[in-house]
Amino acid sequence: MDFTSETGIKIALAIRSIAAWFVALLLFFPILFMLVTSFKTELQAIAVPSIWIFTPTLDNYTHVQERSDYLLYAKNSFITSVVSTIVGLLIAAPAAYSMAFFPTKRTKGILMWMLSTKMMPAVGALVPVYVLAQSSHLLDTKFVLIVVFMLSNLPLMVWMLYSHFKDIPPEILEAARMDGATLASEFRHVILPLAMGGIASTGLLCLVLAWNEAFWSLNLTAANAGTLAALIATYSSPEGLFWSTLSAASVLAIAPIVVFGWFSQKQLVQGLTFGAVK
Amino acid sequence: MRSVARVLLAPAVGSLFLWMIVPLAMTIYFSVIRYNLMEPGEHAFVGIENFRYFITDPSFGTAIINTLLLLGSVIAITVVLGILIALLVNEPFPGQGIVRVLLISPFFVMPTVNALLWKHMMMNPIYGVLAHVWRAFGLTPIDWLSDWPLLSVIIMVAWQWLPFAILIFITSLQGMNREQLEAARMDGATWFQQFRFLVLPHLARSIAVVVMIEMIFLLSVFAEISTTTAGGPGDASTNIAYLIFKQALLGFDVGVASAGALFAVLLANIAAAFLIRLVGKNMDR
Repeated sequence: MDFTSETGIKIALAIRSIAAWFVALLLFFPILFMLVTSFKTELQAIAVPSIWIFTPTLDNYTHVQERSDYLLYAKNSFITSVVSTIVGLLIAAPAAYSMAFFPTKRTKGILMWMLSTKMMPAVGALVPVYVLAQSSHLLDTKFVLIVVFMLSNLPLMVWMLYSHFKDIPPEILEAARMDGATLASEFRHVILPLAMGGIASTGLLCLVLAWNEAFWSLNLTAANAGTLAALIATYSSPEGLFWSTLSAASVLAIAPIVVFGWFSQKQLVQGLTFGAVK
Repeated sequence: MRSVARVLLAPAVGSLFLWMIVPLAMTIYFSVIRYNLMEPGEHAFVGIENFRYFITDPSFGTAIINTLLLLGSVIAITVVLGILIALLVNEPFPGQGIVRVLLISPFFVMPTVNALLWKHMMMNPIYGVLAHVWRAFGLTPIDWLSDWPLLSVIIMVAWQWLPFAILIFITSLQGMNREQLEAARMDGATWFQQFRFLVLPHLARSIAVVVMIEMIFLLSVFAEISTTTAGGPGDASTNIAYLIFKQALLGFDVGVASAGALFAVLLANIAAAFLIRLVGKNMDR
């Protein structure tokens, strides 16, 4: 087929659009299926063949809140992810700033070392952290999760912020210093506005990672400080087929972060470049 | 200025150093004593016995192979499909924005939800969606989690990380030099030649980024295994992370689990050394 003629180009576009939509719907299908199932009764949920037209019910959602206090878990997820991200940024930003604008011969080594702490599998630190948390009576508290989330995201935060700060031309800083700007005002009035996009996207990614974190919340928390990721895991124990309830609980657990992700998608992409993709 | 710079760096370096050294020191200590939560009493020094036990455990070899298989196949799947899909959605077409939002959604789904969603609704051998599809083609549905446990976990993890790869590659493709591509087309370069000599070299850095980030997260896949197959049947889907977890919290043997954790650290360091060369090369360019 000749793809350079006008009809040829139109046909090529049509094929490409259909293929793109097909792939997108295929990847999204499991989420869509879960969303639809959450409005079915349990019997409708496992009907063969699948039912797609039915009277939606909200029973599953009320059931989730009755079975376990959804709002408590949601609050825990919200507090731990937001606080750990903010504290992490407050620690990571000065470090990244220092390394980007006052590099020494050890800077690259420090960055690589930071990243290598992230390579250590969480399970390697599980027993010590568990023992420490237990002996200081911090098991099942939001505090321990915040500390752990913050520390495990810190290397990525420093790394991402470092590459964003690196993009700021040093001449701008020199000009500011010539004008007698102090370090604090230089950071506030020059760096911060220029790197705001990078800081925002770093925060967004770490927020998503903390919200979805499952290993530490499964192992360090129970009924008191459990997050949504841990709540959902309690649905894994076999008690027959209960797709609708499971779906409703899952939708409630992922909806806040998925919707948040959709809106911040463009911002997020900028931060994911790690200074290497541009 | 120098000292201020050092002060600014201190909190991050100090906290990460503690985060690394305290658990590591404790793990080393636990790994050379007899420490079983079910057997109270003296923690006798046992030397390398815990290490020998962990290595000679037949699960150990399987777990290493499974860890590498999981890591390798998910990275391969996400990089190859990620590039193809990114190329597919790169040029404008009707509904491009919505397609992008749909494509990235799985990345925001938490691992436990991902695992349960696939375990029950997709892979259930009787009621699952995949079983419907198989029957529609006149085939016998597959009991995914029992017959292909590791493949099932690979599918779940790849589904989650494919959007991440697509995102990175889309960003990178937008920075492509269009005139260069146009010129190549004028000179009669085939689609494959354009891809091989222009697109692929341009994507090299972003491929390095995807490999690096995924390696960090995939070495310690845990939730997808613990909520679906629990490592089984047998050890068919046990990776190193899950094996250590089994020793520590299901076997109550802190000593052996700590010895295992040190192996995990060793494995991570080998991977890190490999990565540093990969990324370091890209940073210098």
